[in-house]
Amino acid sequence: MTTPLILAVLVLVAIAVWQLAKIFELSQLSTGKKSDATIANDDDNKYNGYLLFAFLVFIYGITIFSFSKYGKMVLPMPASEHGVDYDRLMWISFAIIFIVQTITQFLLHYFGYKYRGEKGKKALFYADNDKLELIWTIIPVITLAALILYGLYSWTNIMDINEEGDPLVVELYAQQFNWTARYGGEDNVLGDASARLIDIDKANILGIDESDPNAVDDIIVKELHLPVGRKVNFYMRSQDVLHSAYMPHFRAQMNCVPGMVTQFSFTPTVTTEEMRLQPEIIDKVKRTNKIRAERAAAGEENSDPWEFDYVLLCNKICGKSHYNMQMKIIVESEKDFQKWLDSQKTFGETVIAVP
Amino acid sequence: MAHEAEHHHKETFITKYIFSQDHKMIAKQYLITGLIMGFIGIAMSLLFRMQLAWPGEASPVFKALLGKWAPDGVMDADIYLALVTIHGTIMVFFVLTAGLSGTFSNLLIPLQIGARDMASGFLNMVSYWLFFISCAIMLGSLFAEAGPAAAGWTVYPPLSALPQAQPGSGLGMTLWLVSMAIFIASSLLGSLNYIVTVLNLRTKGMTMTRLPLTIWAFFVTAIIGVVSFPVLLSAALLLLMDRSFGTSFFLSDIFIQGEVLHYQGGSPVLYEHLFWFLGHPEVYIVLLPALGITSEVMSTNARKPIFGYRAMIASILGIAFLSTIVWGHHMFISGMNPFLGSVFTFTTLLIAIPSAVKAFNYITTLWKGNLQLNPGMLFSIGLVSTFITGGLTGIILGDSTLDINVHDTYFVVAHFHLVMGISALYGLFAGVYHWFPKMFQGRMMNKNLGYIHFWVTAVASYGVFFPMHFVGMAGVPRRYYQNTAFPMFDELTDVQILMTVFALIAAAAQLVFVYNFIYSIFYGKKGSQNPWKSNTLEWTTPLEHIHGNWPGAIPEVHRWSYDYSKTYEDGSYIIEGQDFVPQHIPMQPNEEELNH
Repeated sequence: MTTPLILAVLVLVAIAVWQLAKIFELSQLSTGKKSDATIANDDDNKYNGYLLFAFLVFIYGITIFSFSKYGKMVLPMPASEHGVDYDRLMWISFAIIFIVQTITQFLLHYFGYKYRGEKGKKALFYADNDKLELIWTIIPVITLAALILYGLYSWTNIMDINEEGDPLVVELYAQQFNWTARYGGEDNVLGDASARLIDIDKANILGIDESDPNAVDDIIVKELHLPVGRKVNFYMRSQDVLHSAYMPHFRAQMNCVPGMVTQFSFTPTVTTEEMRLQPEIIDKVKRTNKIRAERAAAGEENSDPWEFDYVLLCNKICGKSHYNMQMKIIVESEKDFQKWLDSQKTFGETVIAVP
Repeated sequence: MAHEAEHHHKETFITKYIFSQDHKMIAKQYLITGLIMGFIGIAMSLLFRMQLAWPGEASPVFKALLGKWAPDGVMDADIYLALVTIHGTIMVFFVLTAGLSGTFSNLLIPLQIGARDMASGFLNMVSYWLFFISCAIMLGSLFAEAGPAAAGWTVYPPLSALPQAQPGSGLGMTLWLVSMAIFIASSLLGSLNYIVTVLNLRTKGMTMTRLPLTIWAFFVTAIIGVVSFPVLLSAALLLLMDRSFGTSFFLSDIFIQGEVLHYQGGSPVLYEHLFWFLGHPEVYIVLLPALGITSEVMSTNARKPIFGYRAMIASILGIAFLSTIVWGHHMFISGMNPFLGSVFTFTTLLIAIPSAVKAFNYITTLWKGNLQLNPGMLFSIGLVSTFITGGLTGIILGDSTLDINVHDTYFVVAHFHLVMGISALYGLFAGVYHWFPKMFQGRMMNKNLGYIHFWVTAVASYGVFFPMHFVGMAGVPRRYYQNTAFPMFDELTDVQILMTVFALIAAAAQLVFVYNFIYSIFYGKKGSQNPWKSNTLEWTTPLEHIHGNWPGAIPEVHRWSYDYSKTYEDGSYIIEGQDFVPQHIPMQPNEEELNH
């Protein structure tokens, strides 16, 4: 339905452009004074100088427009411990970017407008100024040094994956095109596993080593539950191609690489229930469900009302259904988590014994 | 040497237009091939932008262009990934590497350094024809039975290595690799030629510190290419071996479609290292020539010397050196040792310093100028604008901590399209408008069409890529066929539509350029020998192209190329009545030689 509309718009734009060009040409013929239609004359410099200034206004405008209209659509407050630090560094970086962007775009376009050419005007022969250049080398050096130090400090903290504080051990297992999670069970230790040991007939879909005593109590699930306030150490595996375990609400991501185990760690700090009560989430759900209600009214698909949930997405191109490779994440109290975990079957119970 | 110019071969159509060894003709061949590839690449982007804005909707456009890949006019998910992949490949390599560098290095290196031709005209011809063959194979791969390569332009294994993983990893992928291998051979032959020519064939008086910045940029770009492209070649060959001969360089422990494969001991991370060892320098291979062109066009049209000539050269060299040790910032979360992540964060943020110096120097070049706002000049100013906007977000992506959550989202897509895609395209356009008369016997492009082209493109490209940052910050991953599987992305539909509409408008503006380009080749107004009143040597050659470039002796160079608006102490111009002093004019009595 939209295609004819687009085509029509394109045709109209093309016609308008052609007419504009024709008018430009004709107007120059009739005035006769601008015989050279190939090189900028004073009028061109004047109009394009004004346009450069207008373009500056446009850049500021689209910035303000985007922040006011789309700013509320960005990810909500972080739901993990390091996420707070992450967001702080992000907003500091944004503040710096915003200041530099505002100033440099102003200078660039304002100079373009202010110093537009005129016949007989003399430009200033100004080829060098060591002092000036030193200043604008030193300022980025200092700013970037600060950002690098802060960044490296956070990075080292986030990527320091250790066993301190009794972390929960979880394996995230990727395959085209779904996720599986595995908990260590009672002993909180994952049994050894390898893609070579996968045996579909025995329902050993993760290739867990049946002879490993640590494996018997492992718990395999299709929905990721995490206890709030407890550190979680994730171990990622993939059985076929690259995937990436992306948990945007927790500011967490790590690739899943066939042939190796990768790691990430974070402490969830906000339960799903608490997150649903956040004003920004309430607003977002409201906006989204309005869109969904409109779809329902129009009889379109994908129109069921939505309730907020954390989600794990695949963020590394992995094939046809890459766009729909997801797993729900539920953050809950330690008590609820244990209750849920206890209700799950262990690997020992689900694996089909060798006949 | 004068006999060369007088010695006229009887040229046939084939030696003049097809298997030409003349650098000016080869430049035009590169430009036209690059532009054709560019329009194919842009057309593909429109198709997938339409799918993103109106997911799953049937369209006669899809039906007509995609055939069996769009059953009932609805785009298939596999072809979506293929379009994204081929769009990236074409734009990065075929348009912005070969189309940009190939065109302007070939055209300008001999003309601006004062050489009769490239060091080896034959290698130059071979380089173009290898490029042509690789284009043909890449386009041919679009018609592979199971579809073209679809693993993203980075073609990470195992997705790209296993035909079981997706249809695009069959014949289409093999053709992609073959095409790229030939492309790299072409690029290496070209680069070696550029390096040798710049080092050996400069005319008398053309010292390295009198070279125009265009030549510095092309020269350093060629060096980066020679250093890094062979590594991609090795990656492509190893991947071919894994695919076709059962080796395990990049593969290990794979279970797919119900069976365990024999691969053991390889690692996809190794491929990532090899790929990005070219992949990141590639960004500068694309960008530096565009910046070089900007330096020249901006200085000429500002009627001022480029500000900080030596700092500009130092920045180019600094960027070139650093560009080879920052590749790991594409791999912060690839599973490599986090310590490496901190090293690459450090080097990556360092590269922002020479980049910032360049941006400030451009702005200062405009200060107190007498700006001739020709279309080429506008595209140069536009380049600096998008270079700043896109470059600044690099501070976020280059920081390993911040990269965690925006890696592979639309934030990255917005960043690199602005900083290298749009910027480099602007550089290409600035170059075409500026040197069109040099390429086509003095014919000029219509400036009013040029103005329309620039202004519509400038507004529309910000319209596409500025809001895209917010899509990324909302957590939308790239290379998603549609975002309907996640209700949390529902409210972004409006943004998607806005971006697609701007993309369509931007593409329409390019039609104005195509019309102007083709029309002007045949009917463009003939301008003067030196229409932009420029100092560089190419404007001392006659309008009609001749072998050997100059009919008589090659002019001798006596000064740098940026003596615009230079005056004596009493304020009068060096040459009375003109505000520029071309490079071949000897130093005048009482004139002070400045800055070199």
